[in-house]
Amino acid sequence: MAVMAESAVAQVKRSSLWTRAFESRNWLGAMFMVPAIAILILFLAYPLALGFWLGMTDTKIGGAGRYIGFANFVSLSKDSVFWLSVFNTIFYTFTASIVKFAIGLYLALLLNERLPFKSMIRAIVLLPFVVPTVLSAIAFWWIYDSQFSIISWVLIKAGLITRYIDFLGDPWNARLSVVAANIWRGVPFVAITLLAGLQTISPSLYEAANLDGATNMQRFRHITLPMLSPIIAVVMTFSVLMTFTDFQLIYTITRGGPINATHLMATLSFQRAITGGNLGEGAAISNAMIPFLVAAILLSFFGLQRSRWQQGGRD
Amino acid sequence: MSTADDQSVGMDYLESFPRKFLRVYFPLGLIIFFLLFPFYWMAVATFKPDAEMYDYEKYNPFWIVNPTIEHIKKLLVETDYPLWMWNTVIVSVSSTFISLFASVCAAYAIERLRYKGSRYVGLAIFLGYLVPPSILFIPLAAIVFQLGLFDGNLALILTYPTFLIPFCTWLLMGYFRTIPYELEECALIDGATRLQILVKITLPLSLPGVISAGIFAFTLSWNEFIYALTFISSSENKTIPVGAITELVSGDVYHWGALMAAALIGSVPVVILYSFFVEYYVSAMTGAVKE
Repeated sequence: MAVMAESAVAQVKRSSLWTRAFESRNWLGAMFMVPAIAILILFLAYPLALGFWLGMTDTKIGGAGRYIGFANFVSLSKDSVFWLSVFNTIFYTFTASIVKFAIGLYLALLLNERLPFKSMIRAIVLLPFVVPTVLSAIAFWWIYDSQFSIISWVLIKAGLITRYIDFLGDPWNARLSVVAANIWRGVPFVAITLLAGLQTISPSLYEAANLDGATNMQRFRHITLPMLSPIIAVVMTFSVLMTFTDFQLIYTITRGGPINATHLMATLSFQRAITGGNLGEGAAISNAMIPFLVAAILLSFFGLQRSRWQQGGRD
Repeated sequence: MSTADDQSVGMDYLESFPRKFLRVYFPLGLIIFFLLFPFYWMAVATFKPDAEMYDYEKYNPFWIVNPTIEHIKKLLVETDYPLWMWNTVIVSVSSTFISLFASVCAAYAIERLRYKGSRYVGLAIFLGYLVPPSILFIPLAAIVFQLGLFDGNLALILTYPTFLIPFCTWLLMGYFRTIPYELEECALIDGATRLQILVKITLPLSLPGVISAGIFAFTLSWNEFIYALTFISSSENKTIPVGAITELVSGDVYHWGALMAAALIGSVPVVILYSFFVEYYVSAMTGAVKE
């Protein structure tokens, strides 16, 4: 009897706990979060921490590693290929981002004009961003072919050059070629997101400026740019982030060649870690990206954010 | 997203056609030409016989004299391409649905249950969005290997949500925010549970957001490359982007026709899906940036 009564009490207690859990927002919230948090901790937070650890070990594929402190970073600091990849990554990010921004903003302004078939044009413009990067990079690989490049063929027919350009065989040609492919892929993203920003600017501002006799250039400088700068900050931060950590374009078009001339830090870490089997060293290269990445994000985000409050303060 | 009908300045009609042509149509046409040319070039190479492909003197490279489907046939019969296609579909669809499920629950909890610390969790999830796959793939490879998932679809189905969930959650939080609280309060008074509210009120009202997140997540997983390249080793388990790069390039001989056919056929499903849901795709892309 006593046992039964005890279990009945336990039953009541448990059910009340159960209903309480369903009514309490904290409990229910925690339960709703379980699927997302479980995946993100196991496959995002844990690997991020593991990456820091791996960078300080000499782990090879198929074997446990020892803790070796900063030895990986010390050997990397004497590694000219590593420094070349750092230079390449910065050059790639800097050049591609600036051109993407310039063409993207110009394209956004063009698309914001009164146009026939506007929504169709917008849909077409975004295509390079939608198509899988690796697959469009294959097309670029063929466009840059040393013997059958269509660019060389057109330039020769036009009488501008006499010999086929060796796009991917010469270090600087190769660097500029991959930058061009990256710009091609990134411009639609910048243009369409900036267009969305342009469409939120109230036309009455332009009408008022018109009445005051503002020129096109003045309207752009004093209305469009300040109104757009918060979204420019976010778009360019994302663009810099994507460009800095790019892997697919380089891996497809040049694999880091010729003689490491186009290796980015991401492709170099893949080559060392997966192809070469030195997981520890590859992880160290990945970790070395993080400070650059944080700096790039802070620079583009706060650098452009500042101009917003400057403009806002002036008003 | 409200579509603005006409944001151009009122005196637009005063501009003569030749001037507008020079100022707008010509540069626009030029940019669109460069954006579309690689696709045209891909399509031309897909249907061009080898004899024409490597002879620019006798044949104009911009045109095809005798179209052929040899390259496509070769791709579908002699390689594992159909298997890659199947893997890509399975992986993209599963990881999209897993991510949507997890994100809907998480976004609802953060935005509407407002449990203790939900703001911080929301911020942490956004920071997760900024962690790029190219610094995660090495430790992830070690984890995937330890869990025994290496060289299987499951390795990709479970790791793709790491970049899909932060994105979808962030996007859905924005959509849930636009639904009036009063609707939920009414349902609560009528005795609905939180789960019922989510399924019967919040989800149907934010369906456009769920579709946007789903479409974008699907294209992101279809495009994914570095995880698939690292975690998969045998040909029959590869996805299209990885298979095209690693299996179709053998030695120094590139079969450009087959490569281009692989690129074209691999792009078509995404482009078709995109063309049906352009508005949703754009609102996902711009929404993620605007928030």
